[in-house]
Amino acid sequence: MNTPTARQPDIAVEMRDIVKRFPGVVANDHVTFIALRGEIHALLGENGAGKSTLMNVLSGLYTPEEGEIFINGEKVVFHSPRDAIAAGVGMVHQHFRLVPTLTVIENVILGLDDPKFRLKLEGARAKIQSLSEQYGLKIDPDAFIWQLSVGEQQRVEIIKALYRGAQILILDEPTAVLTPQETEELFRTLRSMAEKGHTIIFISHKLDEVMAIADRVTVLRQGKVVATVAIDEVNKEKLAEMMVGRPVIFRIEKPEIEPGEEVLRVEDLHVRNDKGLPALQGVSFVVREHEIVGVAGVSGNGQTELAEALYGLRPVEKGRIFLYGRDITQASTRDIIREGVAQIPEDRHREGSVGNMGISENLIMKHYRRSPVSRGPLIDWGYVRDFARKLVKRFNIAAPSIHTKARLLSGGNLQKLILARELSSEPGLIIAMHPTQGLDVGATESVRKQLLEEREKGAGILLISEDLDEVMQLSDRILVIYEGQIMGETPGEGADRNEIGLMMAGENRSGTGDTSLQRNTSNA
Amino acid sequence: MTPTPSSSSHRLPRLSLERRLTSPWWLSWVIPIASVALALLAGALIIASQGVNPWEAYRAMFEGAFGTGYGVAETLVKAIPLMLAGLGVSVAFRMKLWNIGAEGQLWMGAWAAAGVGLFLYPAWNLPPWLAILLMMAAAVVAGGLWGAIPGVLKGVLQVNEIITSLMLNYVAISWVLYFVDILWRDPGGLGFPNTAPLDKAIWLPKLTWIPFLPKGHRVHAGLLIAILAAVFIWFLLNRTKWGYEVRVIGENPEAARHAGMPIVRNIILVMILSGALAGLAGMAEMAGVAHRLQRGLSPGYGYTAIIVAWLAKLNPFGVLLVAVLFGGLLVAGDQIQLTMNLPRSISDILQGLILFFVLGGEIFGRYRLRLR
Ligand SMILES: Nc1ncnc2c1ncn2[C@@H]1O[C@H](COP(=O)(O)OP(=O)(O)OP(=O)(O)O)[C@@H](O)[C@H]1O
Ligand SMILES: [Mg+2]
Repeated sequence: MNTPTARQPDIAVEMRDIVKRFPGVVANDHVTFIALRGEIHALLGENGAGKSTLMNVLSGLYTPEEGEIFINGEKVVFHSPRDAIAAGVGMVHQHFRLVPTLTVIENVILGLDDPKFRLKLEGARAKIQSLSEQYGLKIDPDAFIWQLSVGEQQRVEIIKALYRGAQILILDEPTAVLTPQETEELFRTLRSMAEKGHTIIFISHKLDEVMAIADRVTVLRQGKVVATVAIDEVNKEKLAEMMVGRPVIFRIEKPEIEPGEEVLRVEDLHVRNDKGLPALQGVSFVVREHEIVGVAGVSGNGQTELAEALYGLRPVEKGRIFLYGRDITQASTRDIIREGVAQIPEDRHREGSVGNMGISENLIMKHYRRSPVSRGPLIDWGYVRDFARKLVKRFNIAAPSIHTKARLLSGGNLQKLILARELSSEPGLIIAMHPTQGLDVGATESVRKQLLEEREKGAGILLISEDLDEVMQLSDRILVIYEGQIMGETPGEGADRNEIGLMMAGENRSGTGDTSLQRNTSNA
Repeated sequence: MTPTPSSSSHRLPRLSLERRLTSPWWLSWVIPIASVALALLAGALIIASQGVNPWEAYRAMFEGAFGTGYGVAETLVKAIPLMLAGLGVSVAFRMKLWNIGAEGQLWMGAWAAAGVGLFLYPAWNLPPWLAILLMMAAAVVAGGLWGAIPGVLKGVLQVNEIITSLMLNYVAISWVLYFVDILWRDPGGLGFPNTAPLDKAIWLPKLTWIPFLPKGHRVHAGLLIAILAAVFIWFLLNRTKWGYEVRVIGENPEAARHAGMPIVRNIILVMILSGALAGLAGMAEMAGVAHRLQRGLSPGYGYTAIIVAWLAKLNPFGVLLVAVLFGGLLVAGDQIQLTMNLPRSISDILQGLILFFVLGGEIFGRYRLRLR
């Protein structure tokens, strides 16, 4: 047993019996993980299963308490990401680590020893261009990071790793933030890298993607390896069951309900973005009780600004917003919260939580003004503790205690925390942005169920998401947004994917949404 | 094209910093203690350069500040304004408002209190207890308003509060000295730049009941005010809705905005509170120690308070403790000047060194040093 199997020539990575503990949790419990040269290896598991931790060990960020790592058959000990990259292991984190005010080239060579004093950008530019051609990573080396879309920033991260000679590339949930088109491009790149002998390890919660691109899959559950299997031995349902430990139903019941009263009415909304340019140009729609209205669109077409304007976070230039018939166009966020509007924000770290505060303190961010969480000017921390314990249980937030700092939660658990907070206030209107982004299949299922439950209870829900499957599965009606305008509306039931795709690309820009939709349908 | 990692393998070993993802619990204790020890070590070099045995000097300093009842009393006296101003600074820092203006706020507080004590009290024939309360109220209002100026500028116009609060220090001191030197100058003061003394009845009472302190010590009721203020601040931050807002805004303003917390209003309120506490420090020093408004009323308490707040990690009770240590340092400075023939500024140098090393040491809480 003790001779490392890594002596075999085609094994690129072997991690043996890795143990990594954090206060209160064993994140990796004797994990053995093998990835072959030239393969795309998917790492699956529920939120908090220990995937990111394992890959952080492999990329030198964490030092494991126990276990050994072999790269190409040679034992290695990493003290830092520098050691790992020197051994050919590079990682693209879910939160990119780029400097926005620097250019692509500058970011790529940042931290390298090579140009000792004077920057020699020309050599770097040539090398970046050759990498970018080789792997189909389109990028302008002189662009500033802040000018780039999320997908482009990811390409910079990949180039950065390749530039440093990464033979083994780890990607932590790379597709969570990408549009379908960007995902396609990324997959093409990954395939071409694998063909050239690179080893790709990628973490994802999207089983369709895993089935589409991976050669082999390793499933983790609660810090332990469930199995490593070849992709043709399994299907989606089987993978889900391995992850969760029970069968997962992918089709969820969506009962037929007549929509009720009007909850939200938006009339001719005009809003500007941070740069002062028009972000919404005359958006109008209605959300009623018992209704989920999906907003589909490629990110950056005004979705963020729409959510912010509705929540009182962004000034409205023109147009009006009504909640239950009352004009709330100028209302403050605080009043809008009091009127029963809940929000699942886009960026759960920056907008949705306070990393340095505990779970319980994060859970009361929308409730602290009202009894029984507070009485008069005082917060009743005894009540808060009970309240937090109840929510942690009801929403299955996995954490050592209710005082665990939010920044220590795994991505999925943080999202559950936000959901718990927002849904526990019995909202009348829910503005949900990418509510299942980064959630595992089980949690995704439960979030979708929760949203449907709220719909049954009478809430109106505005679901803003790039995940077309999600929008189509949950929505009663779908609005397609492109460059700040609604391109058209289709019923959720039996919506045509291609048609929505076309509208997302802004193809039928002429006339109002409805007529263009009709024209398009008749053409098809 | 396969770049090999070996290109970097034959270079000299060197130091590098690596980010810590988790830090052991004891680290947050060991680092500040080690930092202070190193600062004292560096201070020893400076003392030695003056031809004085540093060990002797430190012993004399410790003796002077804590070794005798008189020393302890004086240490407490100096600690009182540091406590109050330090609490003020720590409240602002909690919300990441870098109020550097405690010194000016302190002077404004002292000025307003002196105005009440010197003129309103005799004119309105107030009972002394009421006059003392009014002096405190005046100091709170004046310090608070002086803090409100950078607060409003920051909240409404996004003007950097570090610069405005710092500049207002010079304005405040000049303003007060104009009164001291000219408008309120004591005609019977033999040419000394100070106002007439306050009536004895409205001095902050001495805490004569404290055991072990020598007779005639100068520890006054400002100590009680400071302790009450610390309890109040702790309660405010940890038990009230408002304190919760302040903490959330300080940690993550964007999340606070999404929770509908009034950020601009709280910036202004926190600056008012911060200034009010510093104003109280000025009142306590004026009515408890100097008993008049005079030049040199504060030897820079408002600046030392910044160090105190930071070393206390913004914890209100920590501020009380650290203020006593720094009060001791001030007393010790006077002491060694007398006994060891060392310049008084040694204690300023030590203050600076301690801040320098503690700030520098903080990096080891977040990073790990490695030889590679
Ligand atoms: N720095 C840390 N300190 C303390 N606990 C941590 C830390 N990082 C992770 N954990 C805990 O370790 C466990 C595994 O976390 P990890 O981030 O590896 O999960 P994951 O599988 O990547 O989940 P997700 O799919 O939600 O991203 C979780 O319970 C998490 O709370
Ligand atoms: Mg993760």
